[in-house]
Amino acid sequence: MLNKLVVENLRHRPVRTALTVLAIGLQVTMILTLVGLSRGMVQASVNRTRGIGADIMVRPAGSALIGLSSAPMSEKYLAVIEKLPHVAVATGTVIHAVGGLDTITGIDYEKFVEMSGGVRFLEGGPFRSEREVIIDDYYSRQRNLHPGDTTSLSNVEWKVAGVMESGKLARVFVPIRVLQDLTANTGKLSVIYVKADDPKNVPGLLEALKKKFPDNPIYSMEEFLSQLTVNNIPGLNAFITVIVALSVIFGFLVVFLAMYTAVLERTREIGILKALGATPGYVLNILVRETVVLALVGTFAGILFTFGTRAVIMNRYPASLTQVIVPDWWPIALAIALAAAVAGTAYPGIKAARQDAIEALAYE
Amino acid sequence: MSDPLAFSTTLQANGAEPLIAARALKKTYVVGDVDVHALRGVDLEVERAEFVAIVGPSGSGKSTLFNILGGLTPPTAGAIHIDGVDLTRLTDGERTRLRREKIGFVFQRYNLLPTLTAADNIALARTIAGNVNHDDPEFNEILDLLGISHRLHHKPRAMSGGEQQRVAIARAIVNHPAILLADEPTGNLDTENSTIVLDLLRDLNGRLGQTILMITHNPEAAAYAHRIVHMRDGRVAGGP
Ligand SMILES: Nc1ncnc2c1ncn2[C@@H]1O[C@H](COP(=O)(O)OP(=O)(O)OP(=O)(O)O)[C@@H](O)[C@H]1O
Ligand SMILES: [Mg+2]
Repeated sequence: MLNKLVVENLRHRPVRTALTVLAIGLQVTMILTLVGLSRGMVQASVNRTRGIGADIMVRPAGSALIGLSSAPMSEKYLAVIEKLPHVAVATGTVIHAVGGLDTITGIDYEKFVEMSGGVRFLEGGPFRSEREVIIDDYYSRQRNLHPGDTTSLSNVEWKVAGVMESGKLARVFVPIRVLQDLTANTGKLSVIYVKADDPKNVPGLLEALKKKFPDNPIYSMEEFLSQLTVNNIPGLNAFITVIVALSVIFGFLVVFLAMYTAVLERTREIGILKALGATPGYVLNILVRETVVLALVGTFAGILFTFGTRAVIMNRYPASLTQVIVPDWWPIALAIALAAAVAGTAYPGIKAARQDAIEALAYE
Repeated sequence: MSDPLAFSTTLQANGAEPLIAARALKKTYVVGDVDVHALRGVDLEVERAEFVAIVGPSGSGKSTLFNILGGLTPPTAGAIHIDGVDLTRLTDGERTRLRREKIGFVFQRYNLLPTLTAADNIALARTIAGNVNHDDPEFNEILDLLGISHRLHHKPRAMSGGEQQRVAIARAIVNHPAILLADEPTGNLDTENSTIVLDLLRDLNGRLGQTILMITHNPEAAAYAHRIVHMRDGRVAGGP
């Protein structure tokens, strides 16, 4: 009977109920999309980095584990590394940020192909002249670019030479010399990738490199990739925490307002319940149950919305953003939505429970 | 004395006391700096199975008396016993329980919950009282008596005032209260519906022995009662 009253109360004000559910849904989507994006993008980056086929990476002295650095490492390193025993291929890249989360990567095309074990072109082919760019299929889709088109990156016009299958280090490649010169990094590299002649020689090679370049961060690829998680990306967890906190406040305010107006509007009904002998706890119970229903339905809606945001992102920004669905966060999002909603009901609920019955019955 | 409401049953058993006994009952509302003396010393006794009409000018304290009898508010001074229970000593929680177990209210404005059907309004009163036994033959008889059996699955807004008031009466008596308090139950009804409701109250009193106190401004309505109590300026005026 109590549950019937709860359901009927919610049905009685369909617009308010729908809006509250929507708001809680947005709160949940905000959290789940953000977490899904963080994970998706890290995962995509891990997969692409693995796709280069290297065993070891050498980074400039003083650079952080993760993060973009320009190119402060001399190309002379590469010449030294190539001559070390058990090195099959070594190649350097230059990474240049072009706004947002997008980057362009300068590569030595021949070496890059050798290391990654071949590149599959879906359209067009390799660079034929200096001002050319190779893009992956995601980038091609996002920007609607095909071989022969020109695109402006870093204030330079590039002609699209080819569209390759994604999964090889990055999404946008240009010839390394051109990028070095454009960014005033002539003769410098951001990262050197090293491939051993045999997997069993990797540990020995790693030791040799560390001995040779004691000041440089040098990782085996597996070690590097295992470090590449949401937790290790500077600021990302703090960012997620801020968004979660904001969404809790948002959910709290929405439910507070919805329940506050509901209580005001139902003042007389609360008086009636009290005249019938309902205890304050009974009145509070009704409102808390209503809130719990709103939070449950809202969370469910929010989870559904994340499939929507993922579809939109896949459609509109396949190259810049990758969102995964994060079922392990569903219970967390539910707990957050419930906590915010119950907190939002506390004040209106207690106000209702304490309402004087005679005054409530006299309420117009 | 841990359970003042339960204590009453022993008194009820010997039946020595009237159902309602009020002595020098006072209620003062403090509104800002002003004291409003709503009741200035009410003396009243009501026996079991009586049907009493309470009449008097506006502001004479009739509703205030009902609010105290019904356990909605405590008196300021004086003595009041209902069914052996001393109302001056009850806590808020005990007054809530008094309302649940011993009192049925009927209001001028019907006061049904708008989101629930008639049947659910009645069922809610039962669940609040912890009464989950749905097969109450006596209650079905009452529904027939009230003539609303066919309207039970409608929501209040789809019902006429007379029908709503009959549902409200059914809700008030569903838990077999000791006292039915009806505050101007026909105040919003036309003559025809008033007659139906008043006949009903008289039937409930006559057939089931339901004790009824009814506030009214209408002498014809008051004539349905066994006894008429006149109130004036917060006191019971004259009378037996
Ligand atoms: N909650 C309250 N706060 C302050 N004063 C009140 C309150 N309730 C009633 N009063 C005052 O107490 C007096 C008695 O009011 P009450 O409602 O009992 O009269 P009544 O006999 O029921 O009148 P009516 O016939 O108009 O319903 C009035 O002067 C009223 O203004
Ligand atoms: Mg009144």
